[in-house]
Amino acid sequence: MAVRDDNVNTIAAFSLFADLTGPQLEEVAHRFEEAFFGDGERILRQGVSGSGFYIILEGTAAIRVNGVDRSTLKAGDYFGEISCLLGEVPIADIVAATPLRCLVLPGGQLEGFLTAHPKVMYRLLQGEARKLKNTTKWLS
Amino acid sequence: MLVGSGPGGLQLSYSLSRLGIDHAVLSDDPAPGGMFRRWPVFQRMLSWTKPFTGVPRTSRAYERYDWNSLIPDEDAHRAIMPPLMDGTSYFPSRPEMQKGLETFAERTGIRIRYGCHWESTRQDKQEFILGTSDGDYRAPVVVFAVGVAHPYRPPIPGLDQVPHYGDFRPVESYKDHRVFIVGKQNSGFEIATGLLPWARQLVLASPGATKLSVNTRTLVGVRARYVQPYEDAALAGGVIILDTTIEEVRQEGAGFIVRTRNATDGRELPMAADDVIAATGFVSPLRDLPALGVATFGQSHLPAQTPFWESATVPGLFFAGTLNQGSPGLKKHGIPSNSGAVQGYRYNARVLARHLAETRFDVRIPRPQLQPAETVRFLLNELSHGPELWHQRSYLARVVHVDGDRGISDEGILPLSYFIDAGGPDAVAVALESNGQGDPYPAVYLRKNGVVSERLLAPHPLLDFTGTQYQRELGGILDPVLSASPSPA
Repeated sequence: MAVRDDNVNTIAAFSLFADLTGPQLEEVAHRFEEAFFGDGERILRQGVSGSGFYIILEGTAAIRVNGVDRSTLKAGDYFGEISCLLGEVPIADIVAATPLRCLVLPGGQLEGFLTAHPKVMYRLLQGEARKLKNTTKWLS
Repeated sequence: MLVGSGPGGLQLSYSLSRLGIDHAVLSDDPAPGGMFRRWPVFQRMLSWTKPFTGVPRTSRAYERYDWNSLIPDEDAHRAIMPPLMDGTSYFPSRPEMQKGLETFAERTGIRIRYGCHWESTRQDKQEFILGTSDGDYRAPVVVFAVGVAHPYRPPIPGLDQVPHYGDFRPVESYKDHRVFIVGKQNSGFEIATGLLPWARQLVLASPGATKLSVNTRTLVGVRARYVQPYEDAALAGGVIILDTTIEEVRQEGAGFIVRTRNATDGRELPMAADDVIAATGFVSPLRDLPALGVATFGQSHLPAQTPFWESATVPGLFFAGTLNQGSPGLKKHGIPSNSGAVQGYRYNARVLARHLAETRFDVRIPRPQLQPAETVRFLLNELSHGPELWHQRSYLARVVHVDGDRGISDEGILPLSYFIDAGGPDAVAVALESNGQGDPYPAVYLRKNGVVSERLLAPHPLLDFTGTQYQRELGGILDPVLSASPSPA
């Protein structure tokens, strides 16, 4: 087994990629790009097109809707998938609450990535189901 | 202080000088040119300069077609590259590029302390102290334009024992060899292209699939110049392209065994080779800057930067040249800016010079005033001919402020992400954008009462956005802010 770089080791611990083999994890780390955002920097912008699918490697971020922080995201969490899946502009800002390190996949590549990795798609679907359940609970 | 004498350092020094900003430039090299004093290894650039375009070479619009000349304010120094090229290719040779940079530095009087080696960096209250081979230099602002040219090898066992791209031997020495190239970016394909008439077998391998620029419709991917090995592989010649991880490189006799593993099915495939070359990219030679707190990211260890190319973690340290890739901007649809190449970062340097002049040296650069009736036409002309927008799509924008009392002012070129995120008076920014599928199209960002809204216009088959349909559409978008501006006198 080759010595893995840091990002491969990091994502190996994320539930989204729990079913992938070592070479598959390396392929994922190559396919995604790394991005860094300073404290307070916006990553997704409400109403601005062309964004991507992000997975947080390190740091925390705020979900901000119309200027109000609604929730916090941490390492292993992901965001931007709703905008990518629907082909619509984001409905919230995502703002770095600390220095933030992420992996990012352009929106147009998410479908190809998920269909090539059905186990990741299933894990993502579980994540979306959890979000829907929490939202339903909150509404009721 | 400015460190580096490649194109980024030269452009910034020139632009600072024209704004009257005193500064010193240090360089380890003996003369200007940076990495173009050595590379590309096959001595031909990937960036073109079209000699004949129908646009005067002394015009700003010509810069769209000339990716290699630095950008002066004076017409006399424009388009330095075309007369230096011998006409055999619209990609300049490496020596022609070097000559172009030397000529720009000489004609515009850029002063550089050559042979001065930057050794260390310290911070003392409001100042930075650069330890160099010529002693200490102190300055409140330091800009590093030191390139991304330090060889990088991923942590693969045995890969540290093989030559890197920069160690490429004379091409004849690979005669009838089996050559294994680790890496499938432009540098790997450049070497493969050069070895086609020499090598018996060429293997290019890395975990990710090969992208081609003609498919991405951007500079992402292998450029058309280097696609020949790809066709050779597709037609089952002597080239093999593998999407595999490289598990190990082991010396065996006079050659090597490379153990590869398929990323999809996990199957292992050992391959014998006479030569292995690591075309695995480069990192930025930042020395002790990470210890000072400069955050880096990605395989190239780029310094993370703000929209104005300041370290995201150490205020006062700035970057120019290809290091500007560490300020990715919006990166819409995953398409990067051209900040990694001369045709992109030469504009960043000019914007950075203005930013430093205004924020650090109390220089106020006048803003030309516009009349409401001419604003739409002005912006559409910039979208059709402004080289900054063409080369730095979704990254640099032409910005116009609309103030109820002071009227309409041309704020010049600014980073688009700064315009969107920073807030400010009612204003409009226009940029060109691409989504990797069709032709580029204009994007309009309107800021009204602090809220920015995005509008994308349709592309035009002839890339001309000055027609009446665009005038009508942009006029309609701008109406909420322009109708509130003062009437012309």
